[in-house]
Amino acid sequence: MTDMTDLSLAEARDGLRARRFSALELTDAYLAAMTAGQPLNCFITETPDRARDMARASDTRLAAGTAGPLEGIPLGVKDLFCTKDVLSTAASHILDGFIPAYESTVTANLWNAGAVMLGKLNLDEFAMGSSNETSYYGPVLNPWRRTGDTAKLVPGGSSGGSSAAIAAGLCLAATGTDTGGSIRQPAAFTGIVGLKPTYGRCSRWGIVAFASSLDQAGPMARNVRDTAILLAVMAGHDPKDSTSVDRAVPDYEAALTGNIKGLRVGIPAEYRVDGMPQGIEAMWRQGARWLQDAGAEIIEISLPHTRYALPAYYIVAPAEASSNLARYDGMRYGLRVTGKDLTETYERSRGAGFGAEVKRRILIGTYVLSAGYYDAYYLRAQRVRTLIANDFKAAFEIVDVILTPSTPTPAFALGERNDDPIGMFLNDVFTVPANLAGIPGISVPAGLSEDGLPLGLQLLGKAFDEETVLRTAGVLEGAAAFTARPAQWWRT
Amino acid sequence: MSVQEIYDARHGEKGGYLTGATGEWELIIGMEVHAQISSKAKLFSGSPADFGGEPNEHVSLVDAAMPGMLPVINEFCVAQAVRTGLGLNAQINLRSVFDRKNYFYPDLPQGYQISQFTYPVVGRGEVRVDLPDGGVRVVRIERLHLEQDAGKSLHDQHPSMSYVDLNRSGVALMEIVSQPDIRSAEEATLYLEKLRTILRYLGTCDGNMQEGSMRADINVSVRKPGRPLGTRCEIKNINSMRFIRQAIEYEARRQIEILEEGGSIHQETRLYDQVKGETRSMRSKEESHDYRYFPDPDLLPLEFTQAWVDDIAKGLPELPDAKKARFMSAYGLSAYDASILVADRETAEYFEQVAKGRDAKMAANWVITNLYGALNEAGLTIQTSLVSAAALGRLLDLLADQTLSGRLAKDVFEIMFSSGGDPEAIVLERGLKQVTDTGAIDAAIDAVMAANPDKVAEVKGGKDRLLGWFVGQVMKSTGGKANPQMLNDALRQKFGL
Repeated sequence: MTDMTDLSLAEARDGLRARRFSALELTDAYLAAMTAGQPLNCFITETPDRARDMARASDTRLAAGTAGPLEGIPLGVKDLFCTKDVLSTAASHILDGFIPAYESTVTANLWNAGAVMLGKLNLDEFAMGSSNETSYYGPVLNPWRRTGDTAKLVPGGSSGGSSAAIAAGLCLAATGTDTGGSIRQPAAFTGIVGLKPTYGRCSRWGIVAFASSLDQAGPMARNVRDTAILLAVMAGHDPKDSTSVDRAVPDYEAALTGNIKGLRVGIPAEYRVDGMPQGIEAMWRQGARWLQDAGAEIIEISLPHTRYALPAYYIVAPAEASSNLARYDGMRYGLRVTGKDLTETYERSRGAGFGAEVKRRILIGTYVLSAGYYDAYYLRAQRVRTLIANDFKAAFEIVDVILTPSTPTPAFALGERNDDPIGMFLNDVFTVPANLAGIPGISVPAGLSEDGLPLGLQLLGKAFDEETVLRTAGVLEGAAAFTARPAQWWRT
Repeated sequence: MSVQEIYDARHGEKGGYLTGATGEWELIIGMEVHAQISSKAKLFSGSPADFGGEPNEHVSLVDAAMPGMLPVINEFCVAQAVRTGLGLNAQINLRSVFDRKNYFYPDLPQGYQISQFTYPVVGRGEVRVDLPDGGVRVVRIERLHLEQDAGKSLHDQHPSMSYVDLNRSGVALMEIVSQPDIRSAEEATLYLEKLRTILRYLGTCDGNMQEGSMRADINVSVRKPGRPLGTRCEIKNINSMRFIRQAIEYEARRQIEILEEGGSIHQETRLYDQVKGETRSMRSKEESHDYRYFPDPDLLPLEFTQAWVDDIAKGLPELPDAKKARFMSAYGLSAYDASILVADRETAEYFEQVAKGRDAKMAANWVITNLYGALNEAGLTIQTSLVSAAALGRLLDLLADQTLSGRLAKDVFEIMFSSGGDPEAIVLERGLKQVTDTGAIDAAIDAVMAANPDKVAEVKGGKDRLLGWFVGQVMKSTGGKANPQMLNDALRQKFGL
């Protein structure tokens, strides 16, 4: 018998419904894989008992014929989502011992659909990072290694625990969040699929906020179909989130028709950045040819304000973060380091509770919002944001989707960019514009780099047109036929 | 604000200035009033907004700023703000924006207060303040915006720690900002009273200052009349009329003394010490917080339609200024009486019930002089009074149809006031009905005359003054029930006067 953990989400779902195996068996297989995968440091908290309880309940519903759309599917949850009665850390020391009395809307949707929670996945502290190295709980290792090299690589970030766990077969799929590329970049680094939905598509309620106007939850999975299935459950209007949009959730799986005849695909000139490896450039062209072969029309387009996206992002996101993280003050929950008076207690708690990257962004954010600087930084960044959104609006008059590389490089080595925050920020150059504009984007594995690492292609779509994005991604996936898997070196 | 924008609220009149060693000083006051919106739930969460409750009993996950919690605007609170704006004859902004005001304090769980900075929900309006000399001071309203209240720090519960009660955290406030159009401590309290009256008419704030439903920050500066504005100091968070008056008076004197000694005023925030009766520096302009305002990304801009505003406008009650004008024109009341009667909605309604179909001036007199006098003395209000408007009206009817004399009516009123009841029943029960039977009155007069022939002779000899003595005797013998007018007429007739 093939390992149950090799099945896709769609296959596992069908297997469970056909009673070829039980939800408990499937969950146990994943719990075993998680134990074996512990060297990767994907999970901050494993919840095996809860997983088995949920699996047993799923089996009861499967037997009773009342199964939900994700019945018995074992998932990992990025530890930015608050989960009732389960430690929720945002990978930060400052949330020590924080066990919420509530469940985030997105995860509640998943459990209501019958999914099984395996545990809470590692991430960059407060989702701030592109390598998962800023986690208080230590870095996550990418299951992939360069050909003939045992150097430890990063899984991308901030949803690095999610991407690595899926790539290593430690969970069937997972939730991620994407503020500047935190779903798509790690997906690209680990050879999996990650979708950032339209801003407002998924509720933010119960997700630890990083940058409220950019944060969006989304699915990460092994393939496009699994991603579509997961998104259909995660998405939906939530009256508890004023920025969530009241709009019917389409049947995303049904959108995967494989037919993109006549689809207009934009290739933005501005995404050809200096120093991009040849392999990525070549794969991008290859991706366009695949779509063309499937009947799409390739159109060169311009997104003229692209080069301002990253600087604008690194003003808006830290500004919002500096305010969002003010609530972690040692007063009501999490870490408190008592000082001689209130001010010192604040200073010590926040000083000890936040890591260097979080402090850096709080400082930047506080600075750009200060009196006398607000207009020059924050207000200008917001204007740039409008220009970028307008770029996309104009482009989508001409094309239906936009094809770009997901990242300018494949996964890099642990520690390689720690002394170079700007270089680290540059990793988000292709993903950030979609967050600023609020549009959906997906990363699909499309090939391997010269040294054997996965590379992703990104598709960007119109707001609330995840269907076209997914349909095109499905075609790309089929043409790329990406079947490579990392060698399971961590099992030895 | 530039000097040119400050209009001369004194209309060139002199008087009311403060006198210092170097001559007269003009006091310039602007107020920021925080009024708690009357609503069941808080501004951005479903928890109850009532006063009281055990500490931290009315706290939701949002109010406590748990991770991942998000604010959702309470539509009713927005309607209350719009209603208030309409009541202040103010511009209603169909689009406004919530901003975050960032600062750290334990009673501010989010680390920021959600407020409106650049785009408030209500723009310019005005409040007309009646002055004791019969004049009117128009105080222009700069803006009204919505914001969250903070929690409360309790410093006296533990020897070394402070406790925090978050019941108030997130309760909806309206901050109503006036222009610096107020010119004396008295005007400041009159302005606040008028504002309170309007809010209570509208039902948008209960105006309870003791419970903190209304608090004021006061900006005070002084200048030589006609000169440019002086530097202002802000006195924070005062919640009683008396303290407002005292704080302004103290602060004005303090500033005048400094200026007259050749010093200068430093812009700063000051606190009023109720015990010592003085203001003291809290923080200077240099130490003032940089609140790092920016639009709250968790909330969309607040947008509504003119039709929605129009619907609210349709439900607006008659407001005190309009009511006062109507009382003067429809009932012929003096401006003074009318303004007393409209000071709160309940009194005005009470008066109108009493006046309906009756002599309105008499009704006003009874409500103001008799009822108000008694209520004040007893420490009661019109709501807790035992005398209903209907009962007082029937008492006035008994007076009008001469069942009761003025004096008897006062006696009956006293009984009604202390133990309630219907005036007719009291009259019957106690036999207080006025004697209007001429025969009975004549008989009583005859009896008194017969018993006092010497007095009769004196009157007849020209001592008219003794008539009063006869009136007293007859009243005595009839138990005060003789109709005074009829008695007088009959006596004069007897003596042929």
